[in-house]
Amino acid sequence: MPSRPVTWPSLFTALMYAFMYFPIIVLGAYSFSDSRYSASWGGFSLRWYRALFSDRRLLAALQDSLIIAIVAVAISAVLGTLMAIGLARYRFPGKGLYRGMSYLPLIIPDIAIAVATLVFLASVAVPLSLGTIIAAHMVFCLAYIAVVVSSRIQRLDPNLEEAALDLGATHTQAMFKVLLPQLAPGILAGCLLAFVLSMDDLLISSFTAGGGANPLPIEIFSRVRTGVKPDINALSVMLILGSALLAGIAEYVRYWGDRQRQST
Amino acid sequence: MAQMVHSAAATATPAAQPDVELRRVVKAFGAEVAVCDLDLAVRQGEFFSILGPSGCGKTTTLRLIAGFETPSAGDVLIQGANVSTVPAHRRPVNTVFQSYALFDHMTVKDNIAFGLKIRRMGTAQVRDRVAEALRLVRMESMANRYPAQLSGGQQQRVALARALVNHPAVMLLDEPLGALDQKLRKQMQVELANLHRQLGITFIMVTHDQEEALALSDRIAVMNNGQIEQIGTPSDIYDRPSTAFVADFIGDTNLLPGRIDQPHPRQVQVTTDSGLRVLACMSGSTVAQAVVVSVRPEKINLSLSAPAAANNCYQGHISHLMYLGTHLHCVVRLGSGETLMVRHPNRAESLIGVDTAVYVHWAADDCLVLDAA
Repeated sequence: MPSRPVTWPSLFTALMYAFMYFPIIVLGAYSFSDSRYSASWGGFSLRWYRALFSDRRLLAALQDSLIIAIVAVAISAVLGTLMAIGLARYRFPGKGLYRGMSYLPLIIPDIAIAVATLVFLASVAVPLSLGTIIAAHMVFCLAYIAVVVSSRIQRLDPNLEEAALDLGATHTQAMFKVLLPQLAPGILAGCLLAFVLSMDDLLISSFTAGGGANPLPIEIFSRVRTGVKPDINALSVMLILGSALLAGIAEYVRYWGDRQRQST
Repeated sequence: MAQMVHSAAATATPAAQPDVELRRVVKAFGAEVAVCDLDLAVRQGEFFSILGPSGCGKTTTLRLIAGFETPSAGDVLIQGANVSTVPAHRRPVNTVFQSYALFDHMTVKDNIAFGLKIRRMGTAQVRDRVAEALRLVRMESMANRYPAQLSGGQQQRVALARALVNHPAVMLLDEPLGALDQKLRKQMQVELANLHRQLGITFIMVTHDQEEALALSDRIAVMNNGQIEQIGTPSDIYDRPSTAFVADFIGDTNLLPGRIDQPHPRQVQVTTDSGLRVLACMSGSTVAQAVVVSVRPEKINLSLSAPAAANNCYQGHISHLMYLGTHLHCVVRLGSGETLMVRHPNRAESLIGVDTAVYVHWAADDCLVLDAA
């Protein structure tokens, strides 16, 4: 390979990537450090990973987070898809207002949603629990899934369901055999996005979590306040790998969906 | 030019009962009336076209027959049965959409089998019918491809196969060739005509392309503003238009507004607003005094010397000239101030140019008196 001269744009790009990823690389390196302090090197070791997987409290927090994300995303997937279909395919009074309101959670600051949810729950005297976190997470999961599915539905042929009806399918059959399969890549991509956001959420969870529920971000935050231990480094590496895997799947799904539509 | 392809059904005696009938059908979307008091009867086995400019209600009419819209008033009958309130999926018709609306997540084969499988037909029979449909549209080799892997023309064939595999009583085609390029259009026109002849079922096609309608149809309904202006064979529509709109929409024509000097059932003399006296044929429907005279550009003769004609002969000069290979398209400005489009054959002796003084002349039989719109 011929050596190419270093140009300004390539140097700039390299700097940008270093700026973004160097902290993560340092964190990854220290997670393998055999030292009791998170920012000093004491030789290679997997002890923090071992410590991580035997930390019952942390695993319980991970389990809480997974339950919240999976339940919130599952319910939002159904409702968000129906919302996108309804907004794209039906005419009804107040549709513009409804569309605007449904996407509002994307713009409203998390802190506003968090406070509003807490005040509302307190005023109707609902005790805080895993359930209340799930309900609060559904607010933004629903909006994200609806946005992603809407963008896909807008690229579909408007006559698709009519074609299915014309060929003898009932409305239900047209939806399950034609519309949903065509929307599947969009629904899946929306779900993955919502899942990652839900797993990541600290603010809304901390306002709506009662004593019983303790999702991962809250657990990490409470530990970091008393000083970063190397096992948090290890956990961060695991979370980054998990997110990267999900992002990779989402990207592949999008590619697969596009290829199906455009390939020659 | 596309070949004129006559279907077998055109020569057969039409069945007494129309295959599709619309009776005083009205369709309004809110305050906007898309289709107004429409009466239509399509005969069994006919290739029937609905022709009109965009927004004239032709697609709405097709959607009313397909069942995607329910009439605001009036009745839709298919093979004698009133289907006005029958939903689309229980009507014996199938539609080819302008956008094709193929199911991208299914192979060509599965797209075509969709209607049969929905109706729970046996696997072996589905296979045979799909194979037959693929053969009819000559797409056997593409059975396992996905729609995204096909060209526009091939997708069009799949859309046709997906509809005809169900053996519908009536095939509905919404601008079926609208998305194809000119050359492919001509080719598919011939194939559509062949398919219609082979299947012997009723085709109803919506189009805004008059040439396509003339080339393919047994009969044409010309629509404008939600109403039918005229229904007739291609030559009826072209040679004997019943309204000024039809004369103008189908092909090119010169329209000269004027008044009838003396009523007569066959030939009348019309004085145009600019003062020309024109001898013209009455069309059946004319009743008013204020009329327009329609004369087609190809019916007008140009000559440098005065022709030996008593009527419809005027002096003028050429104001524009376009060379179009097969003919010259001339615009002649008459002494009275009117301009006429003339289609002059491209012959060796046509030594005319801009500003040449010419005589125009046409036979009284070649121009029609129509109601002023």
